[in-house]
Amino acid sequence: MDLKFLARLRFQLCLFKNLFPLKANTQEPMSALEVRSLSKRFAEVVAVKDLSFKVGQKEFFGLLGPNGAGKTTTIRMITGVLRPDSGSVFVEGIDLSKNFLEAKSRMGVIPEMGTVYPDLSARENIELVGRFYGLSKATRQQRAEKLLVDLGLKDRADDYIRKFSKGMRQRVSIACAMVHEPPILLLDEPTEGLDVMSRRLIVEKVKEMNNSGSTVILTTHNIEEANRLCQRVCIINKGAIVAIDSPERLRRTTEKIQVVEVSFDRKVEPDWFISESITRAEMCNERWRFYTEDPDRAIEHIMKVKEGRGLKVLALSTSGPTLEDVFVKLCEVP
Amino acid sequence: MNWRIYLRGVSVIARKDMRIYYRKAPVFIFGLILPTFLFFAFFVGRELDINKYFPGFLAMSLFFTSSSVGPLIVPWEKQQGTFERLLSYPVSISIIVLGDTLAGALFGLLISAIVGLVGILLIPISVTSIAFIFVAFVLGNLCFSALGVFLSSPGGRTPANIMMLAALVRFPLIFVSGIFIPLSDMTGPGRYVTYCSPLTYLVDLLNQSMNQAHVFSWWADLLVMTAFMTVFVVSAIAVLKRKSLKGL
Repeated sequence: MDLKFLARLRFQLCLFKNLFPLKANTQEPMSALEVRSLSKRFAEVVAVKDLSFKVGQKEFFGLLGPNGAGKTTTIRMITGVLRPDSGSVFVEGIDLSKNFLEAKSRMGVIPEMGTVYPDLSARENIELVGRFYGLSKATRQQRAEKLLVDLGLKDRADDYIRKFSKGMRQRVSIACAMVHEPPILLLDEPTEGLDVMSRRLIVEKVKEMNNSGSTVILTTHNIEEANRLCQRVCIINKGAIVAIDSPERLRRTTEKIQVVEVSFDRKVEPDWFISESITRAEMCNERWRFYTEDPDRAIEHIMKVKEGRGLKVLALSTSGPTLEDVFVKLCEVP
Repeated sequence: MNWRIYLRGVSVIARKDMRIYYRKAPVFIFGLILPTFLFFAFFVGRELDINKYFPGFLAMSLFFTSSSVGPLIVPWEKQQGTFERLLSYPVSISIIVLGDTLAGALFGLLISAIVGLVGILLIPISVTSIAFIFVAFVLGNLCFSALGVFLSSPGGRTPANIMMLAALVRFPLIFVSGIFIPLSDMTGPGRYVTYCSPLTYLVDLLNQSMNQAHVFSWWADLLVMTAFMTVFVVSAIAVLKRKSLKGL
């Protein structure tokens, strides 16, 4: 066989491979979590209505929504605590309804009301959870020790949980969810009602888990937190998805709405400013936020009111919409 | 079904229950103090044939101890908020029910073994079959522990309420199971009532293994106790699953 023949053969093989690939090139990478048409009803109340979304591997994903939007019900169905009326959940491709235990083995969960055993010590709680996931004794002990150090609980490791503050309990709860180093971490309002130090420790640890390859799904009321941490957010209202995208893109959807922020020397009434150019006015940290599509006309109007009422402007600035503005607009929160 | 994860879950739940709930006051009161007082109330100071009544007393102490842990666990965990967390681990409701049943049964086994051993050593009882006693202990403890878990399954989050409900069910059973009036002495329709109690069959089996008068054959006692145990376990799972559909 001469070299020309071999070269031609190689070319033809390459051509064949390209024309008839063994695997489709368009195959999507497996999602860490996939929710398909999930629905749940409690008596006459529809808690979740035909919810579908996918969360990619290593993604930091946020579920946002007002109280009663269906976030916790969704998390409960994803974690197998609550059975959905219809729909399915796939955890790393595993159908939760068919391989219940294997699917749950891949998740670490901090439920909304999820506490730890008050009659066990912090270390015992963490090691107990390690047992559920089949960790060996040496691994359990080693990981519990590291988590106790990382979450600032080393000195209280052998104290009973019933003697702990809320923040310390929540840190133990986080450690329990992380001890088996799950590929997917689901956190339902993990920093709700905590002091700054506990919140920071928890956020840092969750970010560390995400950086080391875990997918994180977070439900929160704290829009600032979601904005800072999440690569994508899903806004839920009345059990259905109203928007799902990155915080930046969501902000762009409402970009035509601008905000003029003004501080006055004395108390003012919002009704003085509502006009054709200013659609809404609200007080935020001692400053008035005026929502407008035309900042130029809005400022002109504010100045007219200022002159007419004898007010003094202490500060004035304009800004684009925040994620909170998007949230308010989409959820129609009054 | 992954049996490795399943069995591991049952074992971890049972170990957790043993570590947390064996030392709880209601278990101590309903499982140890109450049967001791009942023994003193009914047997001490009376001229009773202790050989005749010992199998019944042994069955009663086994019944109280093994059924004292189960009613406490689920309501206690629901009240603390740990039940929901437990369900988010790789465990199912059937794993929880079996783990709780095992924990209650081991508690009952430990206490009734001590009572049985002390009785056999102190009272000149003739034992016809150690194997029967062993099987009766194992099956009886599993059966009544499952009854305890079943009693807690439809209830709410208040352990005291469930313990009261459990007492309401358990007390009548000791009076209709041949403990104070031997089954062989019973006549009339009262006898048919005793057939409805799972405790009757344990008393009968222990009577048989301690050379006392009995009514049923050993295999019938074992069969009925197994049937009762299965009904309790399956019902507890079904009720808890139904409640989980409604959001715990």
